[in-house]
Amino acid sequence: MAGAKNHDYHILAPDIWPLIGAASALTFTSGMVLFMHDMASAKLVLGLGIAGLIATFFSWFSNIIKEAHAGDHTPVVQLHLRYGMILFIASEVMFFVGWFWSWFDFALFPNQLSEVVAGQWPPKAIEAVMDPFALPLLNTLILLCSGTTVTWAHHSLIHGDRDGLKKGLWATIALGVLFSAIQAYEYAHAPFGFGGNTYGSAFYMATGFHGFHVLVGTIFLTVCLVRAYKGHFTPRQHFGFEAAAWYWHFVDVVWLFLFVVVYVWGGWGAAYH
Amino acid sequence: MATTADTFQAHQEHGRAHHDADHKPGFFARWFMSTNHKDIGTLYLIFAITAGIVGGAISGIMRAELAAPGIQYLGWWVQLMGGEANFDANLHMWNVLITAHGLIMVFFMVMPAMIGGFGNWFVPLMIGAPDMAFPRMNNISFWLTVAGFTSLMLSTFVPGGTGQGAGIGWTAYAPLSTSGSTGPAVDFAIFSLHLAGAGSILGAINFITTIFNMRAPGMTLHKMPLFVWSMLVTAFLLLLALPVLAAAITMLITDRNFGTTFFDAGGGGDPILYQHLFWFFGHPEVYIMILPGFGMVSQIVATFSRKPVFGYLGMAYAMVAIGVVGFVVWAHHMYTVGLDVNTKMYFTAATMVIAVPTGVKIFSWIATMWGGSIEFKSPMVWAIGMIFLFTVGGVTGVYLANGGIDDVVHDTYFVVAHFHYVLSMGAVFSLFAAFYYWFPKMSGRMHSELLSHLHFWVFFVGVNLIFFPMHFLGLQGMPRRYPDYTPAYTEFNHLATVGYMIMAASMAIFFVNVLYALLAGKKAPDNPWGPGATTLEWTLSSPPPYHQFETLPVIEDNKAAHDREHGRPSHA
Repeated sequence: MAGAKNHDYHILAPDIWPLIGAASALTFTSGMVLFMHDMASAKLVLGLGIAGLIATFFSWFSNIIKEAHAGDHTPVVQLHLRYGMILFIASEVMFFVGWFWSWFDFALFPNQLSEVVAGQWPPKAIEAVMDPFALPLLNTLILLCSGTTVTWAHHSLIHGDRDGLKKGLWATIALGVLFSAIQAYEYAHAPFGFGGNTYGSAFYMATGFHGFHVLVGTIFLTVCLVRAYKGHFTPRQHFGFEAAAWYWHFVDVVWLFLFVVVYVWGGWGAAYH
Repeated sequence: MATTADTFQAHQEHGRAHHDADHKPGFFARWFMSTNHKDIGTLYLIFAITAGIVGGAISGIMRAELAAPGIQYLGWWVQLMGGEANFDANLHMWNVLITAHGLIMVFFMVMPAMIGGFGNWFVPLMIGAPDMAFPRMNNISFWLTVAGFTSLMLSTFVPGGTGQGAGIGWTAYAPLSTSGSTGPAVDFAIFSLHLAGAGSILGAINFITTIFNMRAPGMTLHKMPLFVWSMLVTAFLLLLALPVLAAAITMLITDRNFGTTFFDAGGGGDPILYQHLFWFFGHPEVYIMILPGFGMVSQIVATFSRKPVFGYLGMAYAMVAIGVVGFVVWAHHMYTVGLDVNTKMYFTAATMVIAVPTGVKIFSWIATMWGGSIEFKSPMVWAIGMIFLFTVGGVTGVYLANGGIDDVVHDTYFVVAHFHYVLSMGAVFSLFAAFYYWFPKMSGRMHSELLSHLHFWVFFVGVNLIFFPMHFLGLQGMPRRYPDYTPAYTEFNHLATVGYMIMAASMAIFFVNVLYALLAGKKAPDNPWGPGATTLEWTLSSPPPYHQFETLPVIEDNKAAHDREHGRPSHA
């Protein structure tokens, strides 16, 4: 903006998207309230909110990419972005702490008085749980494998191998989609429901939020793939890719904890479906 | 200030030399699309004052109701909101009032003023940065806070429990917040926390990145002004505590609407789990509200004592210690839920540990004043008031830290007295101290010292009259969160209501003062506070240029400054 700038920081012009984004978030949450209480025009409000949020994310990140290409992302600004992404992931970790906390509470201290739990874990009402060493183990391997393919893409990028970058990203995205498909299949065939007891509640909310993060990560990587085809990223500057890879590894690590704590330990001793 | 009041040499041209740096965008772009940390800070302050008026008016309704035993006005308020006054609806109205008062004052007054307002304004200025690290994200943090407030206001127009609005307490304990109030008002209130929380997390990311990555050349962490230290610790608390609240209130949403049983004992759930999750956030939250105040008071006491703050590093790391230990004391809010004795012993001991770094701070402020040439300018009297009154609240905090004592006074007015001494007096006195300290810098106008002092004394008498009698009410057994009481409690309650009127009068003085300053105040010099004010914001014009530090200031280290003063070449 100003002409006399003698530093490497990024001074931005005024932007309307923060206002639109916040208004869309409020529209979305209000739409959720209307939807949950079967009130008038719930779907309209909800749809408007979601559309506004998608438009905000799209424009906002498009602008960041444009600014990166305009040379606004000096080394110090790239360091900002790194700090920002690491801190964002730290907050996400604490979000999952909340869900694991409830899981441990229910599993270690199963409610004695509730008829559906009856002091045992998994609860009395749960006749069978998923066999952790069937599809969940396969999903674990899929995500671990996707962690290596994203590293393949990263190293290809660093060494100027654009073809390897695309192949690695294609493979990672394919594995991510496969993971989500298997999760969907498992949810559809699970021997227990969502509500009514602590096992179903904590299981579906923890794995469901993880699944949502997988979807977000897959979209993030897909954006990177599109950008790779457009010729974006250089071996020296490709933070958009790195952020996607960090996020993907974070999602991967959360799954490892879910697999060990929820699927293996949390279902120990119960009949497998 | 930092440790280096004598050696702080900021070599930079005054921003006002650059006319192009002062080019401001048009009205809509400037205030609705802002990417400027000072404008966003101003927006936050205006928002916080507005929310403070709403939250303060609600306490007025509460004090009017509590002035005498019996239900006086609640039915009138129910009818005003379009409901039918009856016993349940009246009591529900009371719950709505206490909920709104708590949520507004915590999330929409103190936090936006301290972090969004003064943090946004002065963290970049104090570290010699041209703006925040993520200026656009800074703006969405603000608008998400507004969105959260709007959601909370919407909740008052739809059904909650036995009437309109969310009557769940600011803690939103299950099962009152789940099966206890099934209407959409509670969902609006919960989503209001989601929205404001998301804004705060983004703000925390912004502050930490700014402080770690945008300090002027030469400003090491150990030379950083204490206000910036306080914001750094606060931002970490926000970043790590708020997501846990987000998870907890999401569980409330699914329990309410989608059949989960996280907090429903019938399905094996655990209402106490909600309290654990809430207070794992809630206790760091109370430090989020007071740590920036510690930072402000440190700046002000040093400025008006014309001395660097006593024990600078001890002050910085005391805040770090408070922040760290603050994460492992949460269950002292839950002594009466049936925790076993060993757990209570741990939380008692851990909580009392916090008195140590807090004591370091109190005594260091006193040691800073000791032997200084103290000037009792308006920010200083507010800061000294904060030190005194926060100490009162801190001492009752040590009482309450004891599980055994808390068993007796839990959920009584003793607790209300305690947390209003640390918040309405600790946090709010530091806010007014900061306001009078930085108002000339932000507006370019001097406020009236006379009115500021008058504001202080009237406010001081008013709030003490409101809250000091509450200690006695609590010890006599008057419970919190009730709109009615036995006639034995009348005298102290009446006194508290008189105190509220005095406090409200002092706020009129405040607004007159602000209006006077803006309309007729003397033009503020770059540094109105003299040689004690050594931080970088005082090297800029008042108000600062639209984009400051176009050329970054360089902070010399002590040795270089010493060498230069003694005619030796500096080795940069």
